[in-house]
Amino acid sequence: MAKTLSRLQNPREWLALVFVWGAAALVTATFCWLLGDIIRHGLSHISWTFLTAPPENAGRRGGIGPILVSTSLILGVCLAVSLPIGIGTAVLLAEFTSDQSLFGWMTRRSLDILAGVPSIVFGLFGNAFFCKTLGLGFSILSGGLTLACMVLPILIRSTEEGFRAVPASYRLSAAALGLSRTTTLVHLLLPAAVPGLLVGLVLGVGRAIAETAALIFTSGYVDRMPESLLDSGRALSIHIFDLSMNVSGGDANAYASALVLVIMLLAINGTASWLATYGLHRKVVTV
Amino acid sequence: MTPVEPITGLRARHPLEERPACPAPQPIVEVDRLSLYYGEKPAFQDVTLSINKGCITALVGPSGCGKTSFLTCLNRLTDLITGCRVSGRITIDALDVLAPSTNVIQLRRRIGMIFQKPNPFPLTIRRNLEFPLREHGLQDREQITQTMEATLRDVGLWDEVKDRLDSPALALSGGQQQRLCIARALALFPEVLLMDEPCSALDPLSSGVVEDLIVSLRSHYTVLIVTHNLAQARRIADYAALFWVQNGAGQLIETGTAKQIFEEPRDPLTAAYVSGMRG
Amino acid sequence: MTSLSSNTLSRWSTDELLCWVLRGTAAIAGTIVLLIVAFLIVEALPVLHHIGLLRFFTDPSWHPVEGLYNLTPMLWGTLFAMTGSVLIATPLGILSAVFCHYYAPPALARPYRRLIELLAGIPSVVYGFWGLVVLVPLIAEIQPPGPSLLAGILILTIMILPTITLMADASLANVPQQYVRGAAALGLPRWATIRGVVFPAAKSGLFTGVILETGRAIGETMAILMVCGNVVQIPTSIFDPIRTLTANIALEMAYALGDHRAALFVSGLVLMAMIVALALAAEWISRGRVYG
Repeated sequence: MAKTLSRLQNPREWLALVFVWGAAALVTATFCWLLGDIIRHGLSHISWTFLTAPPENAGRRGGIGPILVSTSLILGVCLAVSLPIGIGTAVLLAEFTSDQSLFGWMTRRSLDILAGVPSIVFGLFGNAFFCKTLGLGFSILSGGLTLACMVLPILIRSTEEGFRAVPASYRLSAAALGLSRTTTLVHLLLPAAVPGLLVGLVLGVGRAIAETAALIFTSGYVDRMPESLLDSGRALSIHIFDLSMNVSGGDANAYASALVLVIMLLAINGTASWLATYGLHRKVVTV
Repeated sequence: MTPVEPITGLRARHPLEERPACPAPQPIVEVDRLSLYYGEKPAFQDVTLSINKGCITALVGPSGCGKTSFLTCLNRLTDLITGCRVSGRITIDALDVLAPSTNVIQLRRRIGMIFQKPNPFPLTIRRNLEFPLREHGLQDREQITQTMEATLRDVGLWDEVKDRLDSPALALSGGQQQRLCIARALALFPEVLLMDEPCSALDPLSSGVVEDLIVSLRSHYTVLIVTHNLAQARRIADYAALFWVQNGAGQLIETGTAKQIFEEPRDPLTAAYVSGMRG
Repeated sequence: MTSLSSNTLSRWSTDELLCWVLRGTAAIAGTIVLLIVAFLIVEALPVLHHIGLLRFFTDPSWHPVEGLYNLTPMLWGTLFAMTGSVLIATPLGILSAVFCHYYAPPALARPYRRLIELLAGIPSVVYGFWGLVVLVPLIAEIQPPGPSLLAGILILTIMILPTITLMADASLANVPQQYVRGAAALGLPRWATIRGVVFPAAKSGLFTGVILETGRAIGETMAILMVCGNVVQIPTSIFDPIRTLTANIALEMAYALGDHRAALFVSGLVLMAMIVALALAAEWISRGRVYG
């Protein structure tokens, strides 16, 4: 009661209250508008046939079967390359270099910059390096490799945090028992760091699935079912872009594809925040 | 380098007695003008000390005078700390501890360490004991089981945990966890045990149990214990060494038998400290 | 029976091997940025050689096919869209974070935070699509044509809002509770506490958040491309269509050849330079050089 009184007495407090609640309401309303719109227009088009059938008439009719396959192949290439490099780098940064070492400092800084590089610049780089210089052409392989470069900073950061969350006493007592660093890493630190690693993995997958600009000039537009990793394949996000910009009358299928993409991402983000909240504090009981 | 005996689990061992006596003085650890710096800041300087085999030596003194840092030099845990510099010489049974060529892993097997806070791994009780043994080359399942049972009996934990060896070690009470950590160290047959205030994080009852356990280690192991509890040092130690901060760095003030340090201290600082007037 | 000595010797080399493998992976990860810059430069070099850097700003227009390469309209487009969205998103984002920490009842703060996280996860192409089918027609009703700087600013605002909100949220969470309790003990009301105690204490985190959102605003491609109309011109009102540097690359890369392609890599280099400058600024702030 006293609180309310003092707030009412002071116009500045009152104004702040209105603005803060107003901002929150505005953001929530926009979010609901966006999501509601996509669900309302997209839901009626989604069916099993839509998810499995090939697109027809430039995507106006038909489904997104081959596109989902291409998307998962691109994602697979991306993870197969980025996971080992990412985990290795995270382990090195968290366990094997001090914060003062030059090598560690340089790696960290360059990853910070990498995290901020616009996706279209990744597209330019991927086109010049993977497609042209390495001669992979417009292909799922080029796209996946470009995405791998993109998700590395996210993957490394969360994995490193996972390792840093492991109490220092594990390392001390392992060293005092004369265990080698490899053993300590494999048997003690890695299991304890798994939650952080998973968060990184999930966030990386989310970023990769959402990506469009980096893929236009690396994995290409072809919407046929890919036969090998060297075929061009159209990712889901590019499909949405193409339907809405280049194909008149493609809106209905664009809505449905957007809904599929949003559902995938919401699921992924939900997993990540669940892992971050409950997983990171989990006690590892057995190796 | 002295060859290290392989762990076989079959080494002849006697069950620990209740209150074994301290054997005749025979130095096993020799520390010569040892200093340790964190960056530019000295933690302790010019410590020269010899530690007798099979006895309990207590390191006493106020906080921040380098006792714990001193312990970590002996098993080279200092290697894990960046910006930390050690000078001087330590020999254990003719092994030059600080030489770069020394195999740290073997060294740490020979010198066990118990920390202030019990720190079992987040594994099962069984895995906590078995995992270091396997890592040090003991593969035979039968021998591992025997060693595990023997060491758990030594620390008086066997009857308490024998039915739940596969439950998580972190579910044990603080005192049990600390005894498990001691068992884990003993399982590797160390020659020297370093203990960094092993009782200070425990309740009085568990503390008493762990203290009795330490006493029973006498003559089987060489024990070096850091403690703030003067009464405890007086009860269990055969020898004592007093550290003190002088000129901004830890110094070794006086060493001798526990009886001499506590009853006829030569240095006025020691006299003041043991009578509870300073520190 | 295994002898310990031989075993540990081999294990030592395992440690060293592992360390070298890890260094290798880190070297790969660390080199990517250098590779990107190197490839941008190599690809941009021919055109920089032919016509020099200056003509990217002095040419009469952007007509790459006729050899005219004026990037200024695109630079202005990027700059306007970025400034507008940062100006709207920053107060909105910081107020959102304040809402989570100091105004919302706990039952509301958690879902709101989750909502912001979800906003962060929605892909740019979906924002672009929504802008195209919902926002652009609305703007067209007020003032045709519809695809415009305004649409770009609004879409960018929604997109960068989660960045600043989550950063602000994290830095508010790091403000020591004793400051807030101290202010409460002095009888300060809520907003006065936030303005006088919390904001100054959280300042470096808030600045970092602004820098991160600026980076996102500069780099965003797809959404901007879909709602801005992509006319190469310096806008005179917020209802004029614009084209940004990023959209320019995405639009023309498909058919660009020779000097034209190289010119697009030059705009890539310009983007990269902006991002590096922002990263340096962030580093400078995180070292705590912002006082007063």
